[in-house]
Amino acid sequence: MGWPEMRAERLLNACVLLALLAVPLWAWAVDEPFTITLATRLAILALAGVGLNLALGLGGLVSLGHAVFFGIGGYAMGVLASHAQSYTPLILWPVVIEGTKSMPVIWLVAMGASGLAALAIGALSLRTSGVYFIMITLAFGQMFYYFAISWPAYGGEDGLSIYVRNGFPGLNTLDPIQFFALCYALLGLALWVFARIMRSAFGLALGAARQNAARVEAVGIAPYRLRLVAFVLSGMITGLAGALFADLNRFVSPVMFSWQTSGEIIVFVILGGVARLFGPVVGAAVFVLLEHFLGGLSEFWHIWLGAVLLGVVLFARGGIIGLIAGREVRRD
Amino acid sequence: MTEVLLDIRGITKRFGAVTASDAVSLTLRRGEIHALIGPNGAGKTTLIGQIAGSLRPDAGSVWLDGRDVTALDPAARARAGLARTFQISSLAMEMTVVQNAVLGALGARGRVMRFFRDVMRDPALRAVAREALERVGLLEVAAQRVADLSHGQRRQLEVAVALTQAPKVFLMDEPMAGLGAEGSAQMTRLLDGLRQHAPILLVEHDMDAVFALADRVSVLVYGRVIASGAPEEIRRDARVREAYLGDEVLP
Repeated sequence: MGWPEMRAERLLNACVLLALLAVPLWAWAVDEPFTITLATRLAILALAGVGLNLALGLGGLVSLGHAVFFGIGGYAMGVLASHAQSYTPLILWPVVIEGTKSMPVIWLVAMGASGLAALAIGALSLRTSGVYFIMITLAFGQMFYYFAISWPAYGGEDGLSIYVRNGFPGLNTLDPIQFFALCYALLGLALWVFARIMRSAFGLALGAARQNAARVEAVGIAPYRLRLVAFVLSGMITGLAGALFADLNRFVSPVMFSWQTSGEIIVFVILGGVARLFGPVVGAAVFVLLEHFLGGLSEFWHIWLGAVLLGVVLFARGGIIGLIAGREVRRD
Repeated sequence: MTEVLLDIRGITKRFGAVTASDAVSLTLRRGEIHALIGPNGAGKTTLIGQIAGSLRPDAGSVWLDGRDVTALDPAARARAGLARTFQISSLAMEMTVVQNAVLGALGARGRVMRFFRDVMRDPALRAVAREALERVGLLEVAAQRVADLSHGQRRQLEVAVALTQAPKVFLMDEPMAGLGAEGSAQMTRLLDGLRQHAPILLVEHDMDAVFALADRVSVLVYGRVIASGAPEEIRRDARVREAYLGDEVLP
């Protein structure tokens, strides 16, 4: 324990971050756009995982409903962009709101809407804990899923296609490497924010509330408020990932809201290492790589994912990062 | 008369047919240690729950420094100046000793919603934490994980965290629990000095400690305070001997 392991984890994190940059740059150099797309998908899924890691890892809140925020982010993009591409305003009254193809605006809307949804869902579900919390978040996820299916204005079950990727000032987002750079930068920013929160007063109190809620209450901090704030921040980050994911595929569908999506985001976090800064990145990498290399062999590739997950849960409680870098302890 | 900092007025709590607290009234004055003793099942835990705020009394009220806190939850009572320690050490086990102490300082000062600054580098919070750890003798193990501490050290850390809160009142639930003779003596010395900071309502089974420390002793039996007074009076009280102390030889 201690500094050697802390250093090991930092080294590992740096390697992961560099590899995630080097592979698509290499692919760009040798003109392999598919690999760049794969890396972009990885970065976006990792971002969704970073969001969940805030609630699940730091806060100990096992949310089986994070697909809600992923989906809201996706539909924020889909709705705004579809109105922009059909030149129909979103709302006519009381003010006229037009659709948009601008990524920054879409991101803000995605994060705002996900944050509001997280506030409402969290305010209700955080009154429960344990398996009840899991079930309530799952129930909210299913509500959104069926709502999206039965919403014909935006494609219903078939989903919604966006013909041209949305724009970002100064970049050509249709170029895979430029869109990757954007997603990579946002992932880096989210990781930086996560690292700061981990070490902040809020992070200390949130982590303590996960370990012992009575202790936190006894020093005058209400765990409910901490968890609600964490849940909202968590939902906002996952919502941003949803908007990017929709832009990557130029397509949104109710599948983004499905409980399988929630489950996959949980798998990223657990595979990589719960509450570890780079846990979701490593977890998403394993997921995307297995999907790519085994998905071609058999549509039942999830069985191998299951085997890896089982191995991690049984033998490496700190996830893959814990296995390599050891237990994380901060000594000051 | 000295100032009353904690005033418990006629607290009653029933669970079905059982009256766990029966019109209990107690006061805690500045500078004193008021010990609450009683046999198992006397309702001490229920009473502590109502003072700390995790249980709501059916009747009666709790006043902290002249303010009615009966309707406040545990966190709000802590912010109002009540620092409690638990019978079974209740700490953030995966965190270090100093992190637990900083957490205490943080809560009392209401600086929780800060997201970007490194909390462990906050000089004010660190100073409070270090001072409390030094006071209980845990400074050398400040960087250790709580899970790696001995039982006795965890008992001391409970007190240290309460100290970081700079409270108006301490509520201590069996701080001697599980300590050996030497540990108890050490804890007794520590608590003896703490009453200068804030008075202590001490719920304790260790009679040596109680009679060494208490300025006043109240005896709880079947949810009622059957006697309250100076330690010598309690020692001589026939009802107390009969109800609680039995044939035990008192120190």
